[in-house]
Amino acid sequence: MLPPEKLLDMYYKMVLIRAFEDKVHELFAQGKIPGFVHLYAGEEAVAVGVISNLKKGDYITSTHRGHGHCIAMGVDIKGMMAELFGRKTGTCKGKGGSMHIADFEVGMLGANGIVGAGGPLAVGAALALKYKGTDNVVVCFAGDGAQNQGAILESLNLAAIWKLPVIFVVEDNQYAISLRSLTPSKLQPRTSTARSVAERAVGFGIPSVTVDGQDVLAVYEAAKAAVERARRGEGPSLLDCKTYRYYGHFEGDPMVYRSVEEIEEWRKRDPILLFKQRLIRDGIATEELLEDIRRRAVKEVEDAVEFAERSPYPEPSEAYTDVFTDPYY
Amino acid sequence: MGEVREITFVEALNEALMQEMERDPNVIVMGEDVGVYGGIFGVTKGLLQKFGPDRVIDTPISEAGFIGAAVGAAAAGLRPVVELMFVDFFGVCMDQIYNQAAKMRYMFGGKIKIPVTIRTTIGGGLSAAAQHSQVLYSIFAHVPGLKVVVPSTPYDAKGLLITAIRDDNPKIFFEHKLLYGVRGPVPKEPYTIPFGVADVKMEGSDVTVVAVAYMVHEALKAANELKKEGISVEVIDPRTLVPFDKEAVIKSVKKTGRLVVVDEDYDRCGFASWVAAIVADECFGYLDAPIKRVTTPTVPIPFSPVLEKEILPNAEKIIKAVKEVVRKA
Repeated sequence: MLPPEKLLDMYYKMVLIRAFEDKVHELFAQGKIPGFVHLYAGEEAVAVGVISNLKKGDYITSTHRGHGHCIAMGVDIKGMMAELFGRKTGTCKGKGGSMHIADFEVGMLGANGIVGAGGPLAVGAALALKYKGTDNVVVCFAGDGAQNQGAILESLNLAAIWKLPVIFVVEDNQYAISLRSLTPSKLQPRTSTARSVAERAVGFGIPSVTVDGQDVLAVYEAAKAAVERARRGEGPSLLDCKTYRYYGHFEGDPMVYRSVEEIEEWRKRDPILLFKQRLIRDGIATEELLEDIRRRAVKEVEDAVEFAERSPYPEPSEAYTDVFTDPYY
Repeated sequence: MGEVREITFVEALNEALMQEMERDPNVIVMGEDVGVYGGIFGVTKGLLQKFGPDRVIDTPISEAGFIGAAVGAAAAGLRPVVELMFVDFFGVCMDQIYNQAAKMRYMFGGKIKIPVTIRTTIGGGLSAAAQHSQVLYSIFAHVPGLKVVVPSTPYDAKGLLITAIRDDNPKIFFEHKLLYGVRGPVPKEPYTIPFGVADVKMEGSDVTVVAVAYMVHEALKAANELKKEGISVEVIDPRTLVPFDKEAVIKSVKKTGRLVVVDEDYDRCGFASWVAAIVADECFGYLDAPIKRVTTPTVPIPFSPVLEKEILPNAEKIIKAVKEVVRKA
């Protein structure tokens, strides 16, 4: 059993992600956040369950739906919120936005606007770690939609033949934008005829497991085994985490492809709710303590919004810096 | 500069790789057939034997995977030199080059560096047909965030490759297939050539001819012929398209009053047009004749030697263009 502090920290990170995403949803609707935003609400158990196994020097590659990964890795949410607002104080000085938040200091190698593109980057980072002789690992997060991208399939193959310390985490939130993912029960498969991504991984020689992505402890345990295996130099693994996103593919998505009832059904197994019940049942925390943690997270998000709104926009001349390490040409 | 020998373009590149790998353990080489085979044109010959399979990695035919892995390894602190066998193959891995490598530093607010060098082969003249004969450097120069290196001599090949490997940004290093066997003086010791500094290959007073890669040799051939007819041609090799030594070209045009740009890339929206536009913008008043471009018409490179010769630029076509601008004066 994990120590109570660790469990409560995981709970805190999950509610922080939820509070952040709910707030961004609200701000986007108010027109305060420009651009394209993809929210992680509903999938918190995957990011937190996996990332709670990582240590200093480990890396992750992320996706267009990257806020949850950033927060779980410890990227400062003030900087993140300011980034979403396009401000100078943002994590990336307002040059990346929601889809391109990175913080190499904490091992976050970048969200990505291109589906599946993080795969090769994860393989390369793992190659570097192995070359340097560390026991560090790389987690490659990618959705069910990304699993049919050549870049991901090539990455699985390279990681397997080079026995690299990569953990491929499939966030199967049931939809590749609007198309049902690989394993729709009783429905005609729309994105692959493989029975599951986990099964397909076996063909690459990669051990894989299907995980209840709503249960943070189940994700934690599955990731623990995969991370330990990678640290021992035994190569990559794949976790196929079944989860669900509450908001649309992007903010503004009319969601014609699914019903309100379906979303309500998934909400009954909300990852935060499940974890909360578990913590109370096991005597780790009281309802009041968990509520305090939630309130603290909400307050931090409010502070982040205030910070973002108070922050200045970048100088127009900033558009010409950072193309190269040397001055613009 | 110590000992200088006559060696080939291939040997010069090989020597640069050998010396940089000896100097810096973070330099690794990867690509298709770069190890046991020594590279399809022999550029990486002997590296595997000398540095072993951890540093000289034979990859599967999986460009999106391994080019992206080189980018990821660069993000994680290595200095990879990765080979894309023919530039024509960029279509299967361009996302990793132009959306990932090229943009990461900028998107992430300038806090990271991606010191990856992508070596690739270019050029027609071998009846290799439409998918193995293109130069395409204009496409890479068009995209922000990539340094574009186009050497024409063994001396430049070695010095520019060493500069590329040591540079902290993504570089595409273009090697023309017809240059591999060309011999020239090359110092034995390692040396660098700064990017963005053109080389005046021949001084002249009547016409400025700008050319890169193999076309530098065709331009020199033309210039020597024209000299016999009393036409004095200044031949300039920019050596890198990004950064581009605009000043050298403008200075020369101000002296000669005429410009011919020779470019093996497709005519439409290409390098030659860009150089012509710069000169038209910045020293129109000095021009005594319209700017001429000697380029490859925008058709796929044909197989039959007769057809290929029809479309590729050569000394004969350069002579014709020069005579036209001289006549117009």
